[in-house]
Amino acid sequence: MKIVLCVKQVPDTSDIKWTENNTIQREGLESIINPYDVYAFESALRLKNKYKNVNISALTMGPKQAEGMLRKLIAIGVDDAVLLSDKKFAGADTFATAKTIAAAIKSKLSDFDLIVCGQFAIDGDTAQTGPSIANFLDIPQVTYVKEVVGYEDGYLTVIRELDSGFEKVRVKLPALICVLQGEFEPVRARINGIIHSQQVEIPVYGIDDIGLSVEDAGLKGSPTYVNKAYRAPQKETECVFVESCEELAECIKKCGGICE
Amino acid sequence: MSKGILVYSEITSDDYLHTVVFELANKAVELSKKMEDAPVMALVLTKPDLINEYKEAFQKSGFDKVFYVVDERFGTYRTDLFAKAAVQAVKQIDPEIMLVGATCQGRDLAPRISTALGTGLTADCTGLDILENGKFAATRPTFGGQLMATILCKKYPQMASVRPKVFKPSEVDVTRDTVFIKMSVDLDDYVPQIEVLEFTKKLVCDLNDLDSAKIIVAGGKGMKNAEGFALLKKLADKLGGCVGASRVAVEMGLAPQAVQIGQTGKTVSPKLYIACGISGALQHTIGMNSAEKIIAINTDKNAPIFDICDYGIVGDAFEIIPKLLEL
Ligand SMILES: Cc1cc2nc3c(=O)[nH]c(=O)nc-3n(C[C@H](O)[C@H](O)[C@H](O)COP(=O)(O)OP(=O)(O)OC[C@H]3O[C@@H](n4cnc5c(N)ncnc54)[C@H](O)[C@@H]3O)c2cc1C
Ligand SMILES: Nc1ncnc2c1ncn2[C@@H]1O[C@H](COP(=O)(O)O)[C@@H](O)[C@H]1O
Repeated sequence: MKIVLCVKQVPDTSDIKWTENNTIQREGLESIINPYDVYAFESALRLKNKYKNVNISALTMGPKQAEGMLRKLIAIGVDDAVLLSDKKFAGADTFATAKTIAAAIKSKLSDFDLIVCGQFAIDGDTAQTGPSIANFLDIPQVTYVKEVVGYEDGYLTVIRELDSGFEKVRVKLPALICVLQGEFEPVRARINGIIHSQQVEIPVYGIDDIGLSVEDAGLKGSPTYVNKAYRAPQKETECVFVESCEELAECIKKCGGICE
Repeated sequence: MSKGILVYSEITSDDYLHTVVFELANKAVELSKKMEDAPVMALVLTKPDLINEYKEAFQKSGFDKVFYVVDERFGTYRTDLFAKAAVQAVKQIDPEIMLVGATCQGRDLAPRISTALGTGLTADCTGLDILENGKFAATRPTFGGQLMATILCKKYPQMASVRPKVFKPSEVDVTRDTVFIKMSVDLDDYVPQIEVLEFTKKLVCDLNDLDSAKIIVAGGKGMKNAEGFALLKKLADKLGGCVGASRVAVEMGLAPQAVQIGQTGKTVSPKLYIACGISGALQHTIGMNSAEKIIAINTDKNAPIFDICDYGIVGDAFEIIPKLLEL
């Protein structure tokens, strides 16, 4: 089975600093692998450990420095990786991102059986790149995957976690899944893996390599655009501190809770 | 005349119209006033025998037109089937704006529709407006809630998704002469690629319906253990509320994922939110800061949760809650 793992490098949103003009200070902002993509990786790795002949190719669209993230993934179990990097990809919204990734998969990894994405990316948090890639490739998708149960006769069985319950679903491959946070112990790199990760060649593809036209990529290929961005308003409340439980109960009552 | 605003009307797994539909309807009615009274429209995919049951609810929530597609197979949501039907229907309706609830179903379906139609989709919006030039402006938080971005779309329909509880349903009766229009779509060549083998309802949802709770007593890492959460449950019971949790508490196994509140959990807006042993990380507060009143119990007087709350007490929740229970 051939798995394509879509991973994204994101700024560490817990560490954002603001400039005086209320814009995000981008210099010095740490880049991390999107936390959900770690779970996506884990799901792919579990399939690889469970079945024979599973190959995992990691794919990311991003700046050249994303290569470091791909090598780290190779050190912990990914077999090979592809980096999509081109100035013409810059400024892509999810539509153009998905179109670019789909074009790359079509031209370079077309023999895939399964595409694994994270459910959300923490910077954009749109949760729509995965389903959009699936739509461009005309394959089914399963989102909110909590657990991959198994793979048999060209079908993958997974468990989804939804608002109202758990759904066990069988999907025909090729397909795409978006993986939620699961309960995993993080994988550690082994010496062999680290050595391997330094030796593997990671091809970098630009717009011409994947046969995408300029109109379809980056800012130009994006139907949406940011009109305005500003710092999120902080709630303007002054906290009234109380000392005793009686006072607290009084506050609860005032706020609509009956504490009798 | 404008082509109107279309609201995707999700049917829940137990055959109800999802509450987010009424919230979106109310917003759509408000937006339509800035669009020369563009029609407010609904699209619903349902089993044939159920459409009549929804009619009154649609009328009451202010829809001018309801487009419905019926099929026996619409009883269970499946991406491939629903996407195939919805894409055809939306093409025929050709709305100017389309709104979808950012539920599990909406978040699964909306990007398939937008991509198939070659248009953009702005996810999880917290504000929607019509600009003076008539463009639809969708505002959403990004970067873990720290940056707000207002996004416009060059293509049509201009699509946006909104999480449940972000907007309020109308409080007044907005009954209209709703026109119901049956639509047909071609599903003849539909070959199922996805099969639902089994569905287990989350029990916790029956017992602990956070979405509709007026009062939420939420616990974080500071509630330490099962006894801590048992205290929260007692307080919630006493107040007639539900228990929620921070992600760390969920990761510690103190509460199920279904009650996690925040960026990667639920967005709630109860009348009162009592945060116990929760530090108030942005990823958490983004899911609850629209609560009408917030009260925090925390041992650390510098905890960021105090920056957003109305009342606070600095102290040990394990001492304070038992006293509250005795009062
Ligand atoms: C991508 C991403 C998504 C995330 N999504 C979410 C999300 O959806 N929801 C979410 O909640 N978090 C989320 N987080 C995690 C978030 O950043 C915080 O780590 C988390 O909210 C902290 O949980 P906490 O407040 O329970 O724990 P802590 O931050 O450890 O706070 C514990 C608090 O308890 C207090 N305390 C300790 N003992 C007591 C006592 N006896 N009595 C009273 N107070 C006490 C402490 O003073 C402290 O303030 C996300 C993080 C990332 C990176
Ligand atoms: N630039 C990218 N390169 C590779 N994968 C991506 C990229 N952007 C998004 N993805 C994938 O899509 C998922 C959801 O991202 P998002 O739609 O931005 O919330 C991520 O978890 C990744 O698996």
